[in-house]
Amino acid sequence: MALTDAPQFGPATGLSCRECGTVYDLGPLFACAECFGPLEVAYDFGDVRREDIESGPTNIWRYRVLLPVPENVATKPNLQPGWTKLVKADNLAAELGLRSLHVKDDSGNPTHSFKDRVVSIALEAARTFGFHTLSCSSTGNLAGAVGAAAARAGLDSCVFIPANLEEAKVTMAAVYGGRLVAIDGTYDEVNRFCSELIGDELGEKWGFVNVNLRPFYAEGSKTLAYEIAEQLGWRLPDQIVIPIASGSQLTKIDKGFRELIKLGLVEDKPYRIFGAQAEGCSPVSAAFKAGHDVVQPVRPNTIAKSLAIGNPADGPYVLDIARRTGGAVEDVDDHEVVEAIRLLARTEGVFAETAGGVTVGVLRKLVRNGVLDPDAETVVLNTGDGLKTLDAVAAEARPTAVIRPSLEAFRTAFAN
Amino acid sequence: MSVSVRIPTILRTYTSGAAEVSSDGGTLREVLQKLDADYPGIGGRILDETGKIRRFVNVYVGEEDVRFTEGLDTPTPGGSQISVIPAVAGG
Repeated sequence: MALTDAPQFGPATGLSCRECGTVYDLGPLFACAECFGPLEVAYDFGDVRREDIESGPTNIWRYRVLLPVPENVATKPNLQPGWTKLVKADNLAAELGLRSLHVKDDSGNPTHSFKDRVVSIALEAARTFGFHTLSCSSTGNLAGAVGAAAARAGLDSCVFIPANLEEAKVTMAAVYGGRLVAIDGTYDEVNRFCSELIGDELGEKWGFVNVNLRPFYAEGSKTLAYEIAEQLGWRLPDQIVIPIASGSQLTKIDKGFRELIKLGLVEDKPYRIFGAQAEGCSPVSAAFKAGHDVVQPVRPNTIAKSLAIGNPADGPYVLDIARRTGGAVEDVDDHEVVEAIRLLARTEGVFAETAGGVTVGVLRKLVRNGVLDPDAETVVLNTGDGLKTLDAVAAEARPTAVIRPSLEAFRTAFAN
Repeated sequence: MSVSVRIPTILRTYTSGAAEVSSDGGTLREVLQKLDADYPGIGGRILDETGKIRRFVNVYVGEEDVRFTEGLDTPTPGGSQISVIPAVAGG
């Protein structure tokens, strides 16, 4: 199924192993046969100009010349995600003591999380490889994104989630009509199950977006980097706070920034990358603090379920990037996550899911600890919608008063 | 003690395409040594030059990731099901 030089993959030239550099033809491969290292898409971009991008559609396909997708991708049935708001967060900045802060609010995607970006790239690869079923292991957001993308594209879907997910995520994963299988276990166990399914004839002709299509899927996160830079006026931020689940998103945002520098689309300047985890699932943060370059897996226990990956496959790369850029990896507990969700909502009118509470909570902690530079241009990511994790704040976000419909009752209720 | 080892797709060239093979040994280390004796070269794909499990490989004895147990010294009682799985990111 090798498709080297196929126009279906735009500027992509092959898959190369991040560990040992072995190069493979473009195909539904994800692990290096030599060393099991993760494969990633290699490119030959040629000349890319800002004007080419700026004249494109207001979704991720404006960056198609930087992605492994066909030239006509914007005309195909897909969710057309991206170009989400970069919110200038002056109120939150003032509250935290930062000079300049933006929130990249990816809850504005079609299925309300950043996952639409990655799934859209994987979908194009699935079509090219002739897969009939789109699948994934998911902590929730991905399952919904896959179901929706498959529905739009006219493919079957079958997605796998841990059985204990938030109700809203289960509903969103099921509503698009594909098969939804809840597995009695953790995300890591679901992931393991999918890895075994892929080697079985039951999974024949299935495109698992985050397994056998992972090299393509992961590239979708680069579009966050492109958009942030373009929305800042073709500049890189000085520092950015990114959530860590598997670590894939963080590594690809770094890749995106480096590509923009290499292509001359932004000025070459230093930037610092900070990773954010929930304390109840903080294997990368623990490894960072201990000075390790490998990650010891943990069993997750946190309300930030979309980040609850105890065995993060890209953890070692996150450690490399945080150290290379002068950043850090930090974690906050569930109470701080809830506080941060409310802080962001109260100051900026952005209602984040628990993962956004993790990044904003870590942002606040890093400022307080003097790790972040308060004078530097800062971006924090919100990767999902608070409506998906209502339980996190439901107990505290209640009516201020319940009254009879009379002015007198209102006056009495607010007399103080 | 006979155990069963599930082989990932990318290593099935060593096992003539077999997805599952038998091996022997009281610990995971012994099981992998026997596996390498039966299918020469496969051991070097799972373990690195220093003899440690490669960082992008997950090995399970039964339901347990051996990084949670005793690593290569994890006991493998007769009938154990061992799985070798590439680590994958995404969620």
